[in-house]
Amino acid sequence: MPEKKIRVLIAKPGLDGHDRGAKVIARALRDAGMEVIYTGLRQTPEMIASAAVQEDVNVIGLSILSGAHNTICPQIMKLLHEKGMDDVTVLVGGIIPEADIPALKQAGIAEIFLPGTSTQAIVDFIQSRTAHS
Amino acid sequence: MSDQTKTKKSAAAVGPQVNPRQPSPEEKSWQANTLAPALAKSPERQAAFTTISGHPIRRLYTEADLAGWDPKTQLAHPGEPPYTRGIHATMHRGRLWTMRQFAGFGTAEDTNERFRYLLTHGQTGLSTAFDLPTLMGYDSDHPLSEGEVGKCGVAISSLADMEVLFDRIPLCDVTTSMTINSPAPVIWAMYLAVAEKQGADWKLISGTLQNDILKEYIAQKEYIYPPEPSMRLVVDTFEFAVKHTPKFNPISISGYHIREAGSTAIQELAFTLRDGMEYVEWALRRGMQIDDFAPQLSFFFNAHSDFFEEIAKYRAARRIWQRAMVERYAAKNPRTWALRFHTQTAGCSLTAQQPFNNVVRTALQALSAVLGGTQSLHTTSLDEAWALPTEFAATIALRTQQIIAHETGVTNTVDPLGGSYFVEALTNEVEAGAWDYVHKIDAMGGMVAAIERSYPQREIAEASYRYQQALDKKEKIMVGVNDFVSAEKPLEILQIDETVAHRQADRLRKLRADRSQAAVDRTLLALRKAAGTYTKAGQPSGSSNGQLSHENLMPHIYEAVKAYATLGEICDAMRTVFGTYEETAVT
Repeated sequence: MPEKKIRVLIAKPGLDGHDRGAKVIARALRDAGMEVIYTGLRQTPEMIASAAVQEDVNVIGLSILSGAHNTICPQIMKLLHEKGMDDVTVLVGGIIPEADIPALKQAGIAEIFLPGTSTQAIVDFIQSRTAHS
Repeated sequence: MSDQTKTKKSAAAVGPQVNPRQPSPEEKSWQANTLAPALAKSPERQAAFTTISGHPIRRLYTEADLAGWDPKTQLAHPGEPPYTRGIHATMHRGRLWTMRQFAGFGTAEDTNERFRYLLTHGQTGLSTAFDLPTLMGYDSDHPLSEGEVGKCGVAISSLADMEVLFDRIPLCDVTTSMTINSPAPVIWAMYLAVAEKQGADWKLISGTLQNDILKEYIAQKEYIYPPEPSMRLVVDTFEFAVKHTPKFNPISISGYHIREAGSTAIQELAFTLRDGMEYVEWALRRGMQIDDFAPQLSFFFNAHSDFFEEIAKYRAARRIWQRAMVERYAAKNPRTWALRFHTQTAGCSLTAQQPFNNVVRTALQALSAVLGGTQSLHTTSLDEAWALPTEFAATIALRTQQIIAHETGVTNTVDPLGGSYFVEALTNEVEAGAWDYVHKIDAMGGMVAAIERSYPQREIAEASYRYQQALDKKEKIMVGVNDFVSAEKPLEILQIDETVAHRQADRLRKLRADRSQAAVDRTLLALRKAAGTYTKAGQPSGSSNGQLSHENLMPHIYEAVKAYATLGEICDAMRTVFGTYEETAVT
């Protein structure tokens, strides 16, 4: 029986248009055999949470480079909780000051990937995470 | 088109493909007697050597790589076409480049203080970074602005903010660059209004508006309206600038963001120059004369890490633009032919890891821009991968330029690399590669058409993915990232807190209470009417049927700004007529 593909939503919340990272990750995860849905730019927390439900994803990757992560991430986590999506793994990639990382993890973000992370490290993390759930 | 055939032929003539390398007898003898034994004894480190863009580089460049190259027409002398050696006869011996550090954060008060700090430390021009709400045409108190106010730049929602931003900075004495695109006409109108209040003569003020919407669709993605009305606004600013502000560049046609999005050097060059040609063509269709407006067009390139490839790119840029102006648009004015450009060192090349190494990267990149003949330069700060620069980091970045200018001696002579076999051959190859792209985009019907079919977007995404794969496989090395990794202490960075958003919201509330609402309503209605064709009921009949009027919107925007209509209100007025743009995302 073929293994069920891991489903990933790559989302760009906030107003910034820097989508290089989001696109590279989307493609790398697809090349690693995952089903990837890319939301496109400027998604509100509500749009991202709804898309996650609708697409029934295992993983959400948020790409944020604007500095708005402390506002956006907790909102998304709250909405996911309200929609009964507590089992989804939420990752953040982008420019995140180290001082902000503990609070983001506290809010339920599984991992934060900073600039310079190899795509393989992200693939490995997702595979190990989803293997246990 | 005859001019296209002509360009195609001359571009092909300089490419390496059509001139197979014919080594001289001496070079052949070197290959047999010196090179072969050396390789037999110790092979080279890699099978193939490429630039950071993946462009192949030979072991050795000799006169065989310049066969058919004519220094009289392809190199010439500085200040003369095709400007390969620079647009001025004396280049940096006569006048150094403008040291222009991009700055902006928090409220207008915060940025005004940083501006005045930089000016007292020897910076020679200002460059304004706006926050994301401003770049997207939203006021600081708009729901979508939450969490973003003052983070990536300064928050400017009305003329009141702009007055604070340039408080105690005489606009008649400084040159100001403003990185703003979709809302550029509005921000420019605010700047002009401040100049008027200061009593500065519009004919004498100088600076640059980025105003390059095409690269927004291609790379940076901060667009509001669809391409057609956006291009109309750009041409409106050209007309206004020619008439009222002859020393102000109404556009900075930008490759910087294209490169940051992951393009190669050749793609950066080609898409930027083809964007430039697109603006020229839209202005010509408006009825403007090439030599009236083109001298006010300026360019903006990235300085990435591959030293010689970057230098070749700047040299090729001048040559391509000169040829395009002459052959495609029959320009007669040498000021139209000469490509002037600003450079910013590559933010995307800087690492979060071991951030002090970034000072070294930036210095080398800046050196390539100087050797490539830049007119102005921003050196990126060492904390770029983390946040907006602290004052400490911003100062080192500025000092880096001063060291290049005053200590290295590279400014003592014009185009010191001119005539190098390698640099000239690479300049030819980069030029030929860029012309290939230009011809492809011509065949698609121009840049707007190419953007609509996601062509440049796809090419950039491909290149960026290839580079990431090369990093992952360690075919390319980033020191401190995929090799030479070491433990380090976290850096002190600039934090922008949410009090900025609250201060902005308070200011907007006060502004809306104090201004004349009747004047705001009147000027916004006049703007909407001028923007679209209106039915008798006063409803826009809109952009969907393509019946937009051709009235220049700048005077209307200026009136609305002076009535203290906010940025969001003015952009909304145009949104109701033009609609908004949604891209087809390419992954």
